[in-house]
Amino acid sequence: MTARERVAGTVANYVDERTGAAKWMRKNLQKVFPDHWSFMLGEIALYSFVILLLSGTFLSFWFDPSMQHVKYEGSYQPLKDVEMSAAYASALHISFDVRGGLLMRQIHHWAALIFMAAIVVHLMRVFFTGAFRKPREFNWILGIALLTLGIVEGFLGYSLPDDLLSGTGVRIAHAIIQSIPVVGTYLSFFAFGGAFPGYVFIPRIYIVHVLLIPGIFLALITVHLMLVWYQKHTQYPGPGRTEKNVVGYPLMPVYMAKAGGFFFIVFGITAFLGAVASINPIWLYGPYTPGQISAGSQPDWYMGWLDGLVRMAPPLETYLFGYTVSWNILLPGLIIPGIIFTGMALYPFIESWMTGDKREHHILDRPRNVPNRTALGVMSLTFMIVALINGGNDLIATHFDLTINQIMWFSRIGIIVLPPLAFVITKRICLSLQRADREAVLHGKETGRLVMLPHGEYIEIHEELSPEKKFALTQHEQPKAIALVTEDNQGVLNPKGIRAKLQARFSAANAENIAKPTASEVKELESGKH
Amino acid sequence: MSRELEPLADPGLPEHVHRKADTDPIAAKRAERQVAVLFSLSGAGTLLFIYSFFFISEETFIFVPIMGTTNAHQLGIGIGMAASLLFIGFGAVHWAKTLMPDQEVIAYRHEMKSEEQDRQDLVATAKEGAAIAGLGRRPLIKRTLAAAAGLAGLPAIILLRDLGPLPGNALNETNWATGTRLVTDPGDRPIKPSDLEVGGVAQVMPALAPGKKRSLEDIAKDAVLLIRIRPSEFQLDPERLSWTHEGIIAFSKICSHMGCAVALYEQTTKHLLCPCHQSTFDVTRAAKVIFGPSARPLPQLAITVDSEGYLIAKQPFSEAVGPSFWERKS
Repeated sequence: MTARERVAGTVANYVDERTGAAKWMRKNLQKVFPDHWSFMLGEIALYSFVILLLSGTFLSFWFDPSMQHVKYEGSYQPLKDVEMSAAYASALHISFDVRGGLLMRQIHHWAALIFMAAIVVHLMRVFFTGAFRKPREFNWILGIALLTLGIVEGFLGYSLPDDLLSGTGVRIAHAIIQSIPVVGTYLSFFAFGGAFPGYVFIPRIYIVHVLLIPGIFLALITVHLMLVWYQKHTQYPGPGRTEKNVVGYPLMPVYMAKAGGFFFIVFGITAFLGAVASINPIWLYGPYTPGQISAGSQPDWYMGWLDGLVRMAPPLETYLFGYTVSWNILLPGLIIPGIIFTGMALYPFIESWMTGDKREHHILDRPRNVPNRTALGVMSLTFMIVALINGGNDLIATHFDLTINQIMWFSRIGIIVLPPLAFVITKRICLSLQRADREAVLHGKETGRLVMLPHGEYIEIHEELSPEKKFALTQHEQPKAIALVTEDNQGVLNPKGIRAKLQARFSAANAENIAKPTASEVKELESGKH
Repeated sequence: MSRELEPLADPGLPEHVHRKADTDPIAAKRAERQVAVLFSLSGAGTLLFIYSFFFISEETFIFVPIMGTTNAHQLGIGIGMAASLLFIGFGAVHWAKTLMPDQEVIAYRHEMKSEEQDRQDLVATAKEGAAIAGLGRRPLIKRTLAAAAGLAGLPAIILLRDLGPLPGNALNETNWATGTRLVTDPGDRPIKPSDLEVGGVAQVMPALAPGKKRSLEDIAKDAVLLIRIRPSEFQLDPERLSWTHEGIIAFSKICSHMGCAVALYEQTTKHLLCPCHQSTFDVTRAAKVIFGPSARPLPQLAITVDSEGYLIAKQPFSEAVGPSFWERKS
């Protein structure tokens, strides 16, 4: 036994005598994780969160969340002696008079953009592969909560510097609060401590941004990861992979090295962006004042869809009994986002109801094999993308020489017409891909080699797939439609009535697939071909 | 025969193929050296960071292709930090991929739900606990506890009462009163109609009482845009026409949609555009909304001149300025 082993042994013994962790530790160090590039997306979100905590802590050492007026006396000459809030002045101080301050500010902002992007792409991976199915519905809901919180946290974060751009964003948030029927005016006066902009909003959102939401984040992320750990990761289909096993690499040492290394890579790339790519140059915008604005005002990308919806809303207000309801703000600002996020959170339960499938699933779906879900996902994305495009309508207009009106009308019509169209097209593409899979399994893949037969006929050589590949393409289940029972054999009407009818319709649509090859079909072709 | 009964057979995990470094000691040694080089590069990045932080002045600018002229201090610490992190990551991943075992192993899953016996035991324990507590037998305790717990939440809400004052009439009022002089912003100088040429635009504020300072809350409701066009171009009803003066018309600059500053004036079309959501207002028709999401025209301020010839407000705004709210009278 070497000296080092003796020391390690003593420490381990000390800890284990007090915690009894040996068995648990051993088991978890051998924990198996399946390997796939798409499983890194959630990791990127997690690592960005750590980067945000680190860089945010650094910024908090200098940032002064106060709206008191000060005269700027830092080293950035163009704003010398300009009156501004202490918050803006301290953000300038971090940018120009703290070494590494600008770098950390840019890393913080880039990390926030990457955080949100990673969450969204991770969500898409989970959705399109059906990873949210039983038993992982709770984790899906936690994920939606994290996404929602992330949007709020990001918005509060870029509102803090109190520059002209972010102040404009706060002005819009204020208008959304104020538009809420009955209580809106009161809520806005409570939130802002009086009329807009007041003196308390920045200090208040500061504590929410640096303490409240990060605390909730930390708790939710912990549960999110514990559930992944406890339920074991899903895996893609393939030979040797079943619903009852996990095939992959052990945590120690492979995953520790890969995941640990990946953290440094994500941090390194974020630092690189912070070093070379300017982001949110607040000194160019100047301090916030409600009487001014800069053209081309844009929120961060994850708010763009919301701004796009607000921009395309019809100019609708109703006045009833002396009270005003601003549909032009309520609809795009609260009602539609509310429907979208609630629908997303409930989707696992909706799908399980539509298909009648209540079993556990650990093998992921290939998106083409579930055409309805895939089409629904692409439909929702299309909606979001049209909204996002309209959020940048002023920039698109200037860059592509269009008028704002053209883009606005494209969006207003497109947001209604394009999503259903995307649904139909996606479903057709999925079915075509299923057909291609079937062809490949039965007749092999095309090689591009043409051969002339003795009697002059040309044929293309098809190469037979390996048994592994054939299995991977055919291992999935094809659901059957739920038969509609209108009345039982005594003639009693089904008490579920319309719900049963709806479920039958949905499950029939869901069962629309190209029949996958069966073992006997494959055998028949194999014996006949050679 | 049902399709599900005869799926293709699972051929099982494919045979493991060894990497070069697993079988060839020279390749393994090479991989080891590569990992070491990557870790060393990280060290070099840290040195670059330290050097740039202390020894490159913050006023040093260098030319970098693509980026153009760049601050050398910022670039040095940024690239140094990025390299010190990235190469640790590259090294660790390369190590894992070339030298650590790459044979996949199999672990087994268990169904999430508990054993039937455990479930029954839990139900029994819970029932027993409830029975001992006697909640079922003593509804009075149960009901009063529920009511008390509900009421105990109230202080948490009531405590928030002093977050802000009640709105009162604040949203309906501005600092514009009958006879208030229009003053330039910035500058606070009173202005005469002749100061504004046809086609001109100016941002104005109500003149302040001596010694008073203008707050951001004042600006957020008082900001007014003066626009001068040829009087013949107005298409206004007689009342609104009487609110203009020699072709000068005044509107609240605070957007009637969400409160942004309506700052873009297009001289040729006489349109005002809000850069936030592109609500577009026609100046010649009392800021009627001709495009975009706003549902109301910008409030118009009635103006005239005083005995000294300076522009003044004829009367306060006749409606609330800024975005809509529940209690707003339309």
